[in-house]
Amino acid sequence: MSSAVVYPILLPLLAGALSLALWRSVRWQRTLGVVFNAALLWASIWLLQEVMEHGFVTMEMGSWPAPFSIVLVADVLAAIMVVLTGIIGLAIAIYSLVSTPRGHEKFGYYPLMHLLLAGVAGSFLTGDIFNLFVWFEVMLLASFALLTLGGERAQMEGAIKYVTLNLFSSAIFLTAVGLLYGMVGTLNMADIAQKVAQVEDPGMLTVVAMLFMVSFGIKAAAFPLFFWLPASYHTPQVAVSALFAGLLTKVGVYALFRMFTLIFTQDVDYTHTILLWAASLTMLTGVLGAAAQFEFRRILSFHIISQIGYMMLGLALYTPLALIGGVFYIMHHIIVKTNLFLVSGITYRLLGSYELKDLGGVYKHKPWLAILFLIPALSLAGIPPLSGFFAKFIVIRAGIEAEAYVVTGIALLVGLLTLYSMIKIWAEVFWKKLPEHVTNTARLEGRIKDKHNWAFYVPVVGLAVCTLIIGLNGQPIYELAEKAATQLLNPQLYIDAVLGGQQP
Amino acid sequence: MESLMAYVIGILFAAAIYMMLRRSIVKMVIGLILLSNAANLLIFAVSGMKRGAPPLIPEGASAPLGPVADPLPQALILTAIVIAFGVLAFAVVLIRRAYEIVGTDDLDQMKDTDT
Repeated sequence: MSSAVVYPILLPLLAGALSLALWRSVRWQRTLGVVFNAALLWASIWLLQEVMEHGFVTMEMGSWPAPFSIVLVADVLAAIMVVLTGIIGLAIAIYSLVSTPRGHEKFGYYPLMHLLLAGVAGSFLTGDIFNLFVWFEVMLLASFALLTLGGERAQMEGAIKYVTLNLFSSAIFLTAVGLLYGMVGTLNMADIAQKVAQVEDPGMLTVVAMLFMVSFGIKAAAFPLFFWLPASYHTPQVAVSALFAGLLTKVGVYALFRMFTLIFTQDVDYTHTILLWAASLTMLTGVLGAAAQFEFRRILSFHIISQIGYMMLGLALYTPLALIGGVFYIMHHIIVKTNLFLVSGITYRLLGSYELKDLGGVYKHKPWLAILFLIPALSLAGIPPLSGFFAKFIVIRAGIEAEAYVVTGIALLVGLLTLYSMIKIWAEVFWKKLPEHVTNTARLEGRIKDKHNWAFYVPVVGLAVCTLIIGLNGQPIYELAEKAATQLLNPQLYIDAVLGGQQP
Repeated sequence: MESLMAYVIGILFAAAIYMMLRRSIVKMVIGLILLSNAANLLIFAVSGMKRGAPPLIPEGASAPLGPVADPLPQALILTAIVIAFGVLAFAVVLIRRAYEIVGTDDLDQMKDTDT
C-alpha cells in the first residue's frame, strides 16, 4: 500500500486545474506545463521503483475494501507505461514552448494537454473496468478538443472521422462492460478474472471478449478498424500529433494486453488466433499504406499502424518470450515514434511544408538534424544496434519458437518495407537538393535566427538518447520487460495483490 | 418485461447503426446519440430488473432483508449518461463548425484527409 500510485493521475489533473485558473497568463501556463510534466516524470519513476521493490502497488479509493471500491493498481507493465507517459509529456511540454501557435495557447492548449495526460495515466493505473471507461472518455474528450484546436478544414474533416469512430468504440466498450457485469456481477478486474471461470455460458463470454477486442482494436488502430488514424493524425499542429502518436493508440494496446492476459484467457485458441491474424494484417496494411504516401506525417501515421501490429503479435503469440517482445516493443515504439513526429515539426519549421516534394537539402544545411532523424528512423526500421532491432528481434524469435512461420515472415517483410519508407523520407527531405520552387529558405540557410530554438532540439535529442540507451544498454530494459511479462502470464499474482495480502 | 427491453434495445442498436451509415453528418450524430442510449439501456436490462425493491437497509439491521434491486448499474448508467452528454455536446458543436467550414453536410464530400 503506497500513495505513489495516485500521483501520476493527481499531478496532471492539478496542473490542468491550475492552468485553467491562470487562463489569461500564457506564460504561467507554459511554466506550469514544464514544471508539472517534469514532476509527472519524477512521480512515475518513483512509482516504477516502488513497483520493482514490491511487485504490485495498489490503493483502494476511499479505503473501502477491494472488490467494492475502485482500486488503482500498478504492476510492472502499468508502471512502465506511466514512465513513458512522463517522458513523452515532458518532451511535448518543452517542444510546445516554441512550436505551438500563440492562438492555440490562448485557447486552452495547456489545460487540455494536462487532462489528456491524466486520462492516459488513469487508464494505465486503474484496476476497475468501468473506471477504465471513464478514463478513456477523459482522454478522448481532451484529444477531441486538441485535434480541432485551430479549426482548419482538414482538422474538421479528420475530427469528424476520429470522433465518430472513437465514440462508436466507446459505445461498444460500454455494452461489453454491461454484459460482463451481467454475467459476473463485479467491475473490479481482479475480481472479474477470478469469477470468469465460474461463468455458466462460456460461449457468451467469448462474445463479450470479442466486443472488447473490437472496441480496443478501434482505439489501438488495428486492422481493419484503423481508418480514423491516417485520416486525422496529420491534421493538428505537430506537438499534438506527436503526443497522440506516442500515447493514444498505445492505451488501446495496453487495454488489449490487460484484458487478454488477465480476464479473457479461457478460450485462447479462438481469441488469440484472431488477434494473431489481425496483428499480421495490421502490420502489412500499415506499411503498404505508408509506401503509397508522400507526406511526412502521413507516412509516419501509417507506420504507427504497422508497429501496432508488432505489439499485438507479441500478445497474440502468448508465449513468455512473445510478451517480453511486446512490452519491449511498446517501450521502444512510443519514444521513437514521438521523436519522428517532432523531427517532422522541425523540418516544417525550416521549410514550411510536410509534403516531401516541397522539402529537401536539409542535410546540407543542418547535418546534425539529419543525424537526429536517422537515429529514430533506423531504430524504427530495426537496424542494430538501435532499440528497434532488439524489439523486432525478440518478437520474431518468439514467432519462430512458436512455429508461426507465416506471421514471422510477414513481420520480417514489414521490417524491410519500413526501411524503404524511412529511406524515402531520408532521400527526399534530407538528401536530395532543395527543389527550385521552394523559396522560403531563410530559416534553413540560417539567415533568420530564432531566439528559442533550443526548445525544438532538447526533446528530440533527449528522446534520441533514450533510443540509444534502450539499444546499447538493452539488458536492464529487457529484464524490466521480462518482469512485466512474468506478471502478465500469472494473473493470480495480480488477483492476490488486489484482493488479498496488501490490504491495510 | 425483460424480453420487451431486449427488443427495444435491439431496435435502438439497429436504428443507431442505420443512422450512422447515412451520409448526412446530422443523422450520423443522431445515430451516435441512439447508440449511447441503447448501451445504457442494455446495462440496465442485463443486470436484472426488479420492481419495488429499493436497496435500503432498515434501521437496526446490518443487511437488507430479502432481495433488493442492484444499485450499481444505475450508478453506472448515470455516469455514462453524463459522459455521453459531454461528448455528444462536443460532437454537435463539431458538426456545426464542420458544416460552416466545409460548406456541406454530406460525408462523401469530406474526403480531403482520406488517403
